Amino acid sequence: MSDAAISAPMPRVFERSWAQRMTDRNMLGFWFMLPAAAFLILFLVYPLGLGIWLSFTDARIGRGGVFVGLENYEWILGDSKFQLAVFNTLFYTFVASVLKFAIGLYLAILLNNHLPFKAFIRAIILVPFIVPTVLSAIAFWWIFDPQFSVLSWGLRKWGLISGNIDFLGDPWNARLSVIFANVWRGVPFIAITLLAGLQTVSPSLYEAATLDGASKWQMFRHVTYPILTPIIAVVMTFSVLFTFTDFQLIKVLTNGGPAGTTELMATMSYNTAILGGRIGEGAAISTAMIPFLLGAIMISWFGLQRRKWQQGSDNND
Amino acid sequence: MASVTIRDVRKAFGAVEIIHGVSIDIADGEFVILVGPSGCGKSTLLRMIAGLENITSGEIAIGDRVVNNVPPKERDIAMVFQNYALYPHMTVAENMAFSMKLRGADKAEMAARVEKAAKILGLTHLLDRYPRQLSGGQRQRVAMGRAIVRDPQVFLFDEPLSNLDAKLRVQMRTEIKELHQRLKTTTVYVTHDQIEAMTMADKIVVMHDGIVEQMGAPLDLYDRPDNLFVAGFIGSPAMNFVKGHIDGQGFAAEGGFTLPVGSAPAASAGRPVVYGLRPEHIRIDAQGIPAEVIVVEPTGSETQVVLRTGGQEMIAVFRERLSARPGETIPIVPTLANAHLFDAETGRRLNA
Repeated sequence: MSDAAISAPMPRVFERSWAQRMTDRNMLGFWFMLPAAAFLILFLVYPLGLGIWLSFTDARIGRGGVFVGLENYEWILGDSKFQLAVFNTLFYTFVASVLKFAIGLYLAILLNNHLPFKAFIRAIILVPFIVPTVLSAIAFWWIFDPQFSVLSWGLRKWGLISGNIDFLGDPWNARLSVIFANVWRGVPFIAITLLAGLQTVSPSLYEAATLDGASKWQMFRHVTYPILTPIIAVVMTFSVLFTFTDFQLIKVLTNGGPAGTTELMATMSYNTAILGGRIGEGAAISTAMIPFLLGAIMISWFGLQRRKWQQGSDNND
Repeated sequence: MASVTIRDVRKAFGAVEIIHGVSIDIADGEFVILVGPSGCGKSTLLRMIAGLENITSGEIAIGDRVVNNVPPKERDIAMVFQNYALYPHMTVAENMAFSMKLRGADKAEMAARVEKAAKILGLTHLLDRYPRQLSGGQRQRVAMGRAIVRDPQVFLFDEPLSNLDAKLRVQMRTEIKELHQRLKTTTVYVTHDQIEAMTMADKIVVMHDGIVEQMGAPLDLYDRPDNLFVAGFIGSPAMNFVKGHIDGQGFAAEGGFTLPVGSAPAASAGRPVVYGLRPEHIRIDAQGIPAEVIVVEPTGSETQVVLRTGGQEMIAVFRERLSARPGETIPIVPTLANAHLFDAETGRRLNA
């Protein structure tokens, strides 16, 4: 026994430390985390860092570029097209998010009632969410077509309008049309998530509220809505982030037109960097989105902080 | 405060009728307990009084007013739910004041009434807590506080103690009874626990499969059950049932032994009869029939013994300490005055 220990001390030491390394909670946690971390670093942190770096250079396609400091930012801040894109993006995000929230909540409340074919209707609601964005964008492209629009056709047949509506050719029509398409696509996500939240509310709370004398509206205002706020905060954060960074719908429907009135920061960045070849400038445009997104996340983070009523019995004071 | 009158009330969900014509009179200030096994329709009946379920046919009146078509909030009732149904995002005080807030009551009145109810229930120091931060018993008390604050005509309780542990349940039982004695508000209380019913009620209504089996004062039901169901449901440990028939002036049990009968109606002679005997009405007597001791369970204050005689098992409870061991034989006799006879087919009581 002791002979073996003396003659071969090295493998045993190694063995022990290896065993220790494999059972130590922190080390084990590190090993488990490693694949996910590697993945995130490779596909998220690296591109983000590269993007930010490029925004400080005058890189063009096919040319490395040198560090130019804040020159790109100075340039885009003074660019009226960029200012318009920021306005468009904020307008698009705000209006679409408010509409999506209102319609999604309304649908969720409707679906939470006992309806015939409930499961079927719930499945149907999800369809816009399942269809690939580009496909639905192409469908909307046809719906909004200046000549063949089914909407114009329908309204004409009903005698409500005399000529076709130029959905995508007029600045405000185009803005509202792309918002409409975005809302159509985004509502199911919000409706289904809020529905899931609604179903966690115990029916006896509504019965108690009924006996307490609450009307339908008061029940929503004082019971449903407050209990739902944490889920609303999560789902609306995601919705705002997705809407703010929207690219596919705009790219297919208007490609930023007419005259940049539907250009969002995401599409402008792409058009500038990839199509225009001015990579540094395009990177600056997309980096400029980060403060807005961080702002949205901060708002929801503070809204999301566990409210006192959600805290468990461990927190008694 | 008001009386509650239930007149031939029926309830059907689609084609399935689950309450088959129930009539109950509840006097002003009375504490009535609806008790029965799960699925007997007791909770549905309570919810019909509350207005949470509509009434298929029949009539429910609170005071002089028929409330069939009166919405819940105008019935002037308050209900305590099994899971308490406290609003998780409101403090104890806000929970209790919610109904007044909806009515638009003024702040001073709201505070005063919440304060008063909290004092009655010993919740004063918890008014700023959220339901999550309370123990089960405290939540239970808040739920009652929410009812008290409204000062309703009728209190409705839907199995309020079934989520509590055994010790707390006994304590809350006393508290609820005390509360009723203090407030004297008409109370309808639903439970499946016959001990709760026995200990708290002025009047027990035993329900089974959508009908009322028997109603009356707790001890009346205990001493003189109308039928086999009530006999078996009320009392713990449950009444012993021995199968057999009336033979002359005695009861011939299936196992071949004979038990004495007080006053058997002559008409029942020869028909299958069930002999009911509560565990505490079995005595040891040298002249008795021999019974084998199967299990002895001493609790200190009394001794519960499982016996077997003639192939039929019986439970006996003796106040005195017993030296008998399993496998031994002891001679037993029933206390004649407390023997119950039931028709085995209809379940009806036969002796007076």
